[in-house]
Amino acid sequence: MLKERLYDYLLHLGDNSMILGQRLGELCGHGPELETDIALTNISLDLFGQVRNYFQAAAAIKGDGATEDSIAMLRYENEYKNTLLVEQPNDDFAHVIVRQFLFDVYHQLLLKELMSSKDETIAAVATKSIKEVNYHVGFSSTWLKRLGDGTEVSHDKMQEAVNKLWRYSLELFKPTDTEIWAAESGVGADLDQLKPIYLEKIKMFMDEATLGLPEATVFQYGAKSGRHSENMGYILADFQYIQRAYPNMKW
Amino acid sequence: MLNVSDEIEKILASVNDPEIPVLSIMDMGIVREVDQVEGVYNISITPTYSGCPAMDTIGDDLIAAFKQEGLKASIKLVLAPAWTTDWITEKGRKDLEEYGIAAPRSAEVDKAALLGEANTIKCSNCGSLNTKMVSRFGSTACKALFQCKECHEPFDYFKCL
Repeated sequence: MLKERLYDYLLHLGDNSMILGQRLGELCGHGPELETDIALTNISLDLFGQVRNYFQAAAAIKGDGATEDSIAMLRYENEYKNTLLVEQPNDDFAHVIVRQFLFDVYHQLLLKELMSSKDETIAAVATKSIKEVNYHVGFSSTWLKRLGDGTEVSHDKMQEAVNKLWRYSLELFKPTDTEIWAAESGVGADLDQLKPIYLEKIKMFMDEATLGLPEATVFQYGAKSGRHSENMGYILADFQYIQRAYPNMKW
Repeated sequence: MLNVSDEIEKILASVNDPEIPVLSIMDMGIVREVDQVEGVYNISITPTYSGCPAMDTIGDDLIAAFKQEGLKASIKLVLAPAWTTDWITEKGRKDLEEYGIAAPRSAEVDKAALLGEANTIKCSNCGSLNTKMVSRFGSTACKALFQCKECHEPFDYFKCL
C-alpha cells in the first residue's frame, strides 16, 4: 500500500514536468527569437532531467521490468496525473509565458516544501531541481512583466492568455487522495498550505505586469485523476508514437 | 577531498566534460566518491543540472579510462548533496576563463548580474566589466549568454547553481 502510494506520488510529481517539457520541446526551432528558443528548450531539458530522477525512483519501486522509459511512454491517457494547465497548447508566445509562469510559481513553492520530504530521493531531487526552477521563475516572470507592461498589443495578448489559462491554475492545489496521503505522511507537500502563498505571489507579479485576474472564474479540474482535455491525446500521439509502433526500440 | 592515490586521481582527471572540453571532471567537482571493492573502483558522480546530457558520456569515458590502465570501474549517479558551482576548483575557474567562458561568481553577484542590476561579469575577450546579459539561458544548461558593451563580443557565463 505504502509503496503504491509513493509510486503514485512520484508520477504526480513527474507528469506535470514531463508534459510541460514536451510542450516546450514542440517549440524547439520555433521560438520567437533565438535566445528565447534556446531558453524554452533549456527549461524543457531541466524538466525532463527532473522527470528522469522521479521515474527512475518510481521504476525501482514498481520492479517487474519497469523502467523510466516504460513509465514515461507506455501508460494510457487516463493513467497520467498531470494537470490541465500543462497540457494547454502553445497558442502563441503569450500563452506559452503565462502557462509557464502559472506553473513555475507553483513548482518553486512545491519544491521548497519537498526539500524536507521524509522520502530521501524526493528530498534530493527537490534540492537539486529548485536551483534550476529559480531560473525558470526568473525567465517567465520577467517576460510576464515585459509583455504585460509593454505595448498595448502585447498587454492585450497577455491579458487574453491570462483570461484563458487562469481557470486551470487551481487544479494544481486540489489534492488527490495520493497527495493527501503524501502531505499527511510527510512525504509530500500540503497543497492547502501552499495555495494562499501562491495566490498572493501571483497577484503581486500580475500587479507589476499591469495584468488582472479574471473575475468569476469557473475553475476546471479532473486531469490529475485521469480526466484529461482533448489536448492530451494529441500530445501522447506525438510522445508515444515510436514506442507504440516499434516496441522496445532504442535511440 | 577524495581519498585516492595519485595514480587514480590522474585517471579521473584525464576525463573531460564533453560540453566544456577544457575542464576536467575533477575540476568540475562532479566526482564525489571513489571506493574500491574487490578490485572494482566504484565512482560516484553527480550531475551539474538534472537534465545534463553529458552524464552518460562522462560515465562511459571514466570506465574506458580505467580500462585503458587495466582497471575496472563502475559508475553510480548520486543526487545528494546537490552540485554547486562552488565545487569548481580554482584551476577549473582559471581554465574556464582561458577557454572564454566567464567563471561563476557568488550567488549574490550572480543574481544582480542576471537581473541586470550590476556590471560584475568580466568580458572573457577584453576584460571589461561593461557587459550585459543577453539571455539567462545559453548554449548549454549551465551557461548564460552575455555581451560586452566595449568590444561587442558575445560570450558565455557559467551561471551559479
